This record gives sequence, C-alpha cells and structure tokens, in this order.
Amino acid sequence: MHAVTNIQKYSIHDGDGIRTTVFFKGCHLKCLWCHNPETQKFEPELQIDTERCTGCGRCAAVCPSGAVTVSAEGKAVIDRDKCTVCGKCVDSCLGNLRILVGREYTVRELVKICLQDQMFYEESGGGVTLSGGEVMAMDPDYILALVKTLWREGIDVDIDTCGQAPFSSYKAIMPYVYTWLYDIKVMDDEKHRKYIGTGNKVILDNLKGIAAEGARIYIRIPTVKEVNGDRESMQQIIDFLRENNIRPQQVNLLPYHSTGSHKYGKLGRDYLAADLTAPTDGEMQGFVKQWNEAGFGNVKIGG
Amino acid sequence: MEERGMNARIRQLRKVSMETQPHIDLERAKIETEVYKEWEDKVSLPVLRALVLKEYFTKKTLYLGEGELIVGEKGRDPQSSPTFPELTCHTLEAMHIMNDREVVNYSVTEQDLRDQEEIIIPYWKGKSMRDKLLAGMTDEWKECYAAGMFTEFMEQRGPGHTCGGKNVFIKGYADYKEEIQAAIDALDFLNDPEAVSKKDELDAMLIDCDAVMILGERYRELLTQEAEKCADPVRKGELEQMAANLEVVPAHKPQTYWQAIQLYWFTHLAVTTELNPWDAFSPGRLDQHLIPYYEKDVEAGILDDERALELLECLWVKFNNQPAPVKVGVTLKESGTYTDFANINTGGIKEDGTNGVNAVSYLILDCMDEMRLVQPNSNVQISKKTPQKFLRRACEISRKGWGQPAFYNTDEIVQELLNAGKTLDDARQGGSSGCVETGSWGNEAYILTGYLNIPKIFQLTLYNGFDTQSGKQLGLRTGDAREFKSYDELWDAFKKQLHHMVDIKVRGNNVIEKLYAQYMPAPCLSIVTNDCISKGKDYNNGGSRYNTRYIQGVGIGTITDCLTSIKYNVFDKKNFTMAELIQAMDDNYAGHEEIFNMVMNRTPKYGNDDDYADDIMQDVFRLYRDEVTGRPTMSGGQYHVDMLPTTCHIYFGEVIGATANGRLANKPVSEGISPEKFADTNGPTAVIKSCAKMDHCSTGGTLLNQKFTPSAIAGETGLDNLASLIRSYFAMDGHHIQFNVFDKETLLEAQKHPDDYRDLIVRVAGYSDYFRNLDKELQDEIINRTAQSF
Repeated sequence: MHAVTNIQKYSIHDGDGIRTTVFFKGCHLKCLWCHNPETQKFEPELQIDTERCTGCGRCAAVCPSGAVTVSAEGKAVIDRDKCTVCGKCVDSCLGNLRILVGREYTVRELVKICLQDQMFYEESGGGVTLSGGEVMAMDPDYILALVKTLWREGIDVDIDTCGQAPFSSYKAIMPYVYTWLYDIKVMDDEKHRKYIGTGNKVILDNLKGIAAEGARIYIRIPTVKEVNGDRESMQQIIDFLRENNIRPQQVNLLPYHSTGSHKYGKLGRDYLAADLTAPTDGEMQGFVKQWNEAGFGNVKIGG
Repeated sequence: MEERGMNARIRQLRKVSMETQPHIDLERAKIETEVYKEWEDKVSLPVLRALVLKEYFTKKTLYLGEGELIVGEKGRDPQSSPTFPELTCHTLEAMHIMNDREVVNYSVTEQDLRDQEEIIIPYWKGKSMRDKLLAGMTDEWKECYAAGMFTEFMEQRGPGHTCGGKNVFIKGYADYKEEIQAAIDALDFLNDPEAVSKKDELDAMLIDCDAVMILGERYRELLTQEAEKCADPVRKGELEQMAANLEVVPAHKPQTYWQAIQLYWFTHLAVTTELNPWDAFSPGRLDQHLIPYYEKDVEAGILDDERALELLECLWVKFNNQPAPVKVGVTLKESGTYTDFANINTGGIKEDGTNGVNAVSYLILDCMDEMRLVQPNSNVQISKKTPQKFLRRACEISRKGWGQPAFYNTDEIVQELLNAGKTLDDARQGGSSGCVETGSWGNEAYILTGYLNIPKIFQLTLYNGFDTQSGKQLGLRTGDAREFKSYDELWDAFKKQLHHMVDIKVRGNNVIEKLYAQYMPAPCLSIVTNDCISKGKDYNNGGSRYNTRYIQGVGIGTITDCLTSIKYNVFDKKNFTMAELIQAMDDNYAGHEEIFNMVMNRTPKYGNDDDYADDIMQDVFRLYRDEVTGRPTMSGGQYHVDMLPTTCHIYFGEVIGATANGRLANKPVSEGISPEKFADTNGPTAVIKSCAKMDHCSTGGTLLNQKFTPSAIAGETGLDNLASLIRSYFAMDGHHIQFNVFDKETLLEAQKHPDDYRDLIVRVAGYSDYFRNLDKELQDEIINRTAQSF
C-alpha cells in the first residue's frame, strides 16, 4: 500500500495522448520550487484552507486529540504536533476547506481506476503515467506489480521520475515501461545541492543506465532562471547527453511557475522559492533553438 | 459587430440579416383569413389548407435583396415572422408582450395591432388549434401542465420535426404533380372506403404544387424585369442567370448546383409557411444531395469552389433571415430563442454505408466557420469511416467556442433507427435534426410531443403525490416517504408516480394527434415525405412511411443524484433520516448545513464514472424508457424517448423546490444527459464514461454538453485530444456531444457588458444562441456549468 495524493484523469501534459496520472506521495528530493509540496512527505497530511475558514468550530468539536482550536480572529488553528491526521475534521467542515492528502491504494485498486479510461488511451495513443512525488521512491515490488499488471492489460505506462532511486528498481520495471519522463535539473553539483537538496550523481548515473538499456526517454527540464535558465547550464545538459550518447525522443523545457506556492501555507510550511523567476518567452525560445542546433529536433516548451 | 462573409456581397447580406430587428408580419394571416372566410365548409380541409398556401404565394410581397443569389423570404423581408392564427391566435396583450419583452422580442406596429384586433381576432378567436386542444384536455392534464409536470409542443406550433430526403433535390413540382395524378388515377372508388378522403388529400397536394410553381414564376418575372433595369453588367448577368434558373426550378429537376439550392429554398419556404412546423425544415444531407451537381458543374467549367461556397453562404443568410415564429408563455420558456432549429448534418455515411464526406462537406465546414451564424444549426456526423482530416477540421471550428459544429454519431444513429424499426437503407438516410432527435429523413414523421419533468415526478414521490409548489395533489398517494423502510419501497413509489404521469401526458397527446390529423393537414410536407402520395394520406395523419412520437425526458442528472443521495445517506450510511432530509428540503437547507454539506460534498454523484451513482442513472433511464417505449401512437407508430432539454431545464427547475441532492429551490435541473452542475469533479473522460452507461441506442437522441477552458484543448495536441474524446465517446455509442470553449471570466464580462460581446455565441442545448439574447438565469447557468480544465 502506498499513499497517493491525486489520480488525474484526462491528463494531457504528462506524456502522449490522453492519460491518467497517478501522483504518489513522498520524494527524496527537496526542490525549492516544488509545486506539489503535498507530495513531498511520505505520510498523509492535512491541507487546510484557513483563508476561507469561518471559525464555526465544527472541526474543533470533532477532533479527538484536541489539536484544533478556534483563534481570537475566528479561524480554526491546528497544532500539527498533536494532530494524528485521523481525518475526522475533514468530513465536519461545511466549507470543504480541509483535505486529507494521501489515500492509500492497493495495486488492485489503482489498476481498476487506471483501466476506467482505457478507451481514451487507445483512441488517443495515451496511457497511464506514474508520477509523484517520486514513484521510484515507493516499494519496488509494489511498483513492479502495478506496472506489470497494467502492461498485461495492454496499457502504455510512462514513469515520471526525478532519477533519485536505486538503479535496481529502474532495471526491474524497464521491460514494462513505454516512456521514461526523466527530469534533469542542473549539471553543476553545487547548485544541485543548493536547490534540490542532494547531489546529482545518482540521477545522472541512472539516466546513463536506462539509456544504455535502450529506454525510450523524454528529458524534462524544469527551467528556472536562477538555477538553470542560462545558455551555459543548458549547454552542460546538452553536452552530458551527447557525451553519453543519450538520444531522447523528446525534450520538454518546463518554465518555472509559482502556482503551487499557495499550498505551502495550507500545509503549515513556508514557501522558500518566492525569489525564483521563469525565463522570458524570448529566452525560452532561445533555449529551444540552442537544443535544436545541438541536434535535438523534438524540443517543446511545456509538457 | 464583426463583419463576416467571404466577400463584400455576403458581408452585406449577412449584415442586413444580423442587424434587422425581428418583426411580426401579418400578411400571411390576413390572406389566410380571407381564404377561410371564402372557402371554409365549401371544400375539404386539406384543400382549404392548400388554398391558403396558393393564395399566399400568389399575392405575397416579394423581396429581392441587393446582391442576392438565392431568392425568397417567408414574409415580406428578412427577419419577418408571419403568424399562424389557425394554430394560436395572439391576444393584443400577447402582442404587446412580444414587442416589449427584453429578449427574443418581435416588433409589432400600430397597424399590426389594428389588423389583429379588427381582422384576425374576430375570425380566429375560439377557433385556433390551441383553443381546440385545450378544450380537449382533462382537468387533471391542465393542472399538471400548469404546474410544470410536462410541456406540450403542439400548443402553439404544429408537428413537423423532419428533414428533406433526396427527393427534395431531384424532383421538381411538375414531377410531383405527375406522381400525385397517377395516385389519383389509381384510387379504387369501388372498394376503398377511404378513396374519397385520399382524393381530397391528393387534390390538395396538386394545389400546393401549383402554389410553389406560382411563387417561382413570380420571382422569374421579377428577376427578368430587374435584369432589364440593371445598369451594372455583372449584376445584370447574375439576375438573368437567376431568372433562367427559375425556368427550370421549382417545376423541374435541377440541372445545376445553383438551381438545386434554389429549389430546396422554395420547398423550405412552402413547408414552413403552409403550417408552422417545429424545427422549421432542413435539407438533410446537404453535402450528399449537392455533390452530383457540384461535380457536374465543375466538370462543365461553370462552377468553382469560390462560387460554390458563395452560394452556400447565401443559403446560410436565408436561414438566418427567418426567426422562429413567435412563441409566448410556457412554450417560450421551453424554447426561448429566435433559432428555428433547422439543422444541417454534414459528413456521415452514404446510403450504401460508405463514407459520406465529399468536397461539398469541406465547403460547408468553411461556410459555417466563416459565417458564424446560429441559423442554420450546422453540425457534423461522425462515423467510424469518417476521415480524421474531416473530424479535425470540425474540431478546429468547434473549439473556437461558439458551439458549432456539434458532433453526432452516425453509427449509433443507424442503430437507433434500426431499433425503432427502420430498414437498413432508411436508417442510413437518417440523422439528427432539431436539437438531437433522430429520424429517417424523407421518410418519417418523428414528432416531439413535450418535455417530461422527471425530477419533479420524483419530488411528488417524496411528498405522497402532493406538489409543494402549486399546492395541489398532482400525483398518486403512494405513501408517506418518511415511513419508507427501504430504498426499494421508495423506488416502487416513484415507479407508480412515473407511470401515472406518463399516462396523463400520453392521453393528452393522443387527443392532440387526432385533432391535428383532422384539422391541420400539411399537404406540402406530405408531397416531399415518402409515402404520403402513394398512401394518399397526410403527413399529420400517419401518411409517412414511419410515424414515431417522442417524449423528451429532462433532468436525469438531478433525479439520479436525488435517488443516490437518499440511498446513500438515508438507507446505506444512515447519516440522517428521511424525515430530517425532507425537513431540510422544506427549509431550502437553511439551518441544515450539516445535511447540505453531506448531500452536496460527501455523496456519490452521476458524472464521475462512479458506479454507485451511475447504476442508479441506468435504473432511472431504463424505467423511463420502458414506461414510454412501445406505447401506440394514434397514427399506427410507436412512442420512444429522447433525452434533451432545449431550455426547458431552467423552467422545470423553477417549479421544483429544494431537492435531495442539495440543489436549492427553483434552480435549474440538469440539462440533457449532462451531470448536475458542480457534480462532476473527475474530468471530461469521467463525464463521458458516466454518460455512455446510458443505452443511447434505445433512445431517439441524447444531448451532452461539455465545457472547456481554452487551455485544455489548445494547440495541435489539443485538437488531437478533442478528436480522441469524440471518437472514444462514439465508440461507446454516445449519440451527441457539443462543446463550449471559453473561460468563466469572459462570460462574466459579457454579462456585465453585453454590448461589447454582441457576437458571443454559446452552445445552449442542441443549438447555439447569442449570449446577449439569453435571459439572466440561463446566462448564469451557462457560466456555472463545470468547466473541464486539467
């Protein structure tokens, strides 16, 4: 069993065609700009919209651990140290302002949901994308069982990964994966540690490994001006791919956006990437040209 | 307002069409009154009806617009709306209302009021079909009708609901006359007890043929005179050619593409001024009817794509020039629009079952894209044989966001028609007209008789047959719902209420059908519909090859969510009791926030591919379908069901209190087979899956609206995804899907500043309309339809 934060149907930006994307909960990286902060921790969490809270107190009344109180300003306040994430307050909220993020699914349950849209996958050349969080940070046996079952049903499975997991996990599921949506952030290890929280060696080694095994790869690069949004950083990635003879079927440059920033507060955390910016449209076009000139034909801005 | 059209001529014609205020035109009514005064009781009813058309076409004011290439208007000029006092005789008060009301208004002059008062009312008062049929209804029917349990289509307009078959493009009225004469000659006066009435009908058809030819001849003379006067050599040549066209049509089979279009238009005028049939009339498979003429003319060097497109655009203007005949009261509520629902399907398959897309199909797509008019309602039929190029081009136009084209599933339509007893050949000649209703074109009278308020029937069940809104006992006493011990007990009570209400509706229908058969024959529609001539029987008296009647079910989303809510909360989870729920409904959920939260936010709902709710949808659908399907019509056909609302879901919502799914009192119910607003939270594929669980093939049409924000279907990939959604839905036997594409902000702006958004067209329900012409409730409703963006 693993926690899933969201199962997105009619997902059209995570691989080809019409897809269902499963967002697993938990990731070993700590990207400063992460726009799905609810997928970072492995444990279920409460996401609370305090702004629209009317202070009616129903949540406080049902909380068995006394973790919720109503403040003088008329807002429900949670003591996250006391909260056991039991979810009782979620059902009590009349404004639907409390969400329990992270529901556990068995492989069987997930397969059933993923099969619901099979007709759409077949019509559109789509399938299922396993994402997160970090799907490869989940139990390898669980993921193997899931991927294999979907594969047996004739569904194309894409894996959206940051690359930070043991290579054995990658190797195990390779025969059943159609496309790898593989994130690269920045080649400079120093910068990588600063913005991502770890070095990039494992990530790059894994990429080399699956490429050597003949994987079909889409390279996805979250493009942040302060991190990798310059010609030199792009060139380093290009050079890495060329040196290692990695030929992705597609390269996606994903411009930074801050639409996830509002979620941090709801999770009781601070957004630390407020100073980051996206490259301009002109700069993005410039990067596409740079990639094209380096011999990478299929380069897109966005997913 | 944006000017549209391929060239200056079309832009001018379109401008006149768009900027002219719709207005009442009493010329037809006055001529009809004279004819009735002179001939009533002296000739048979069919002949009397035919004489009206002949006299009108002999005397009516002719209109020739600047630059027109196709001629003829129903009234004296564009946007004229002739009235039909034989169907409904408007009071002076009603005429003031139609002039003064804020939307869908028709200007009425002082002279009109005087004519109505002095000529029309004195003759027709108490004699119109409306008077006759209301007199024929039981008190029970009247109470239910007044309370909004159902509507009645024939209350102000005549039956019709059909499209032209191939005859309308290959036969002239002299050809029809020969056929009719042969039928008269073959009558067996010695043995056939109906021979005399058949003769009356066939005589009437002969008179109608003359009527159409007289109109053609009068236009030929006018065009010849205008050509003589015309100084501009180019226009002179056009006028001469148009006059020459009228030497061939409407009397004879057309020889050219241009003549074929002109012939159709005369037939359209004749059918829609003889009576006031619902959904006007349509050319059916226009692309397939025109392709032989197009190919021949192109081969002969007398037609190129530019002229072929220009003539289509001229025809589009002609459709747009005819506002729907004026409606009042409940009928206006169920169909609040100027649109007259002429519906052209392009693509589909040919009679032999092969792909029907041809060169004219693409020209029609270009025409609808360029003209952007709400009339004709231009749509496409998609079969599994339809080329992807055609589907993608249609998607490209559709995602511009003004609601056309909608997409119909050819392969499923064929199954519907086979299920309703058509031969394979006739089924393949079918399609969807009006909103989404299915028929075999040229062969079938498929009459829609009215909408049924299914959520309100369920509401009666919860109140032991009592209607809290009208304060009357409209339903059966099926027991106090608060005492029900199980979901099955509730279901059984609902079953009884539904059966009772359908009985009341059908009983009324049968009386009305007989009244129309007796008093309102439609000889012209009978000429062009198989097999009225060979049977010597009128269209309104069962003359067509097939005679089907429909009752349109409204609110499947709402009632499904109501039943689901009760099953889930009262019987399965025991979250609250039925008494508590009914109390909350009585109080419009005020002070019952916990219950409201539970039914709104924590209960399974239809539209999310969740079997808990979708199974109940299937139960309701099957119950309704089986209750109606197979009941006999008075003309020897059968009843079937449609699932479409036009604008009736707003009216039906107005007459229902708060419902068990958390819908507040007097708010709209769900439209078509779409989920209740805010109920679908799982994306467009889930909506499509839920909707596809209904057995569309056993209906005569269903309607699904999907709203998208532009980003969800942008770019080439977006086009592919849209096409895939359609193909998937159709592979699951979905009947129809249409798209509105825009963001909520745009609509809110348009609501605030209607003048800045005069051109904004939105898909309403089976048709598109100008946003500014919709009343506030309907605007709100469209704004609030869940936008699918992921």
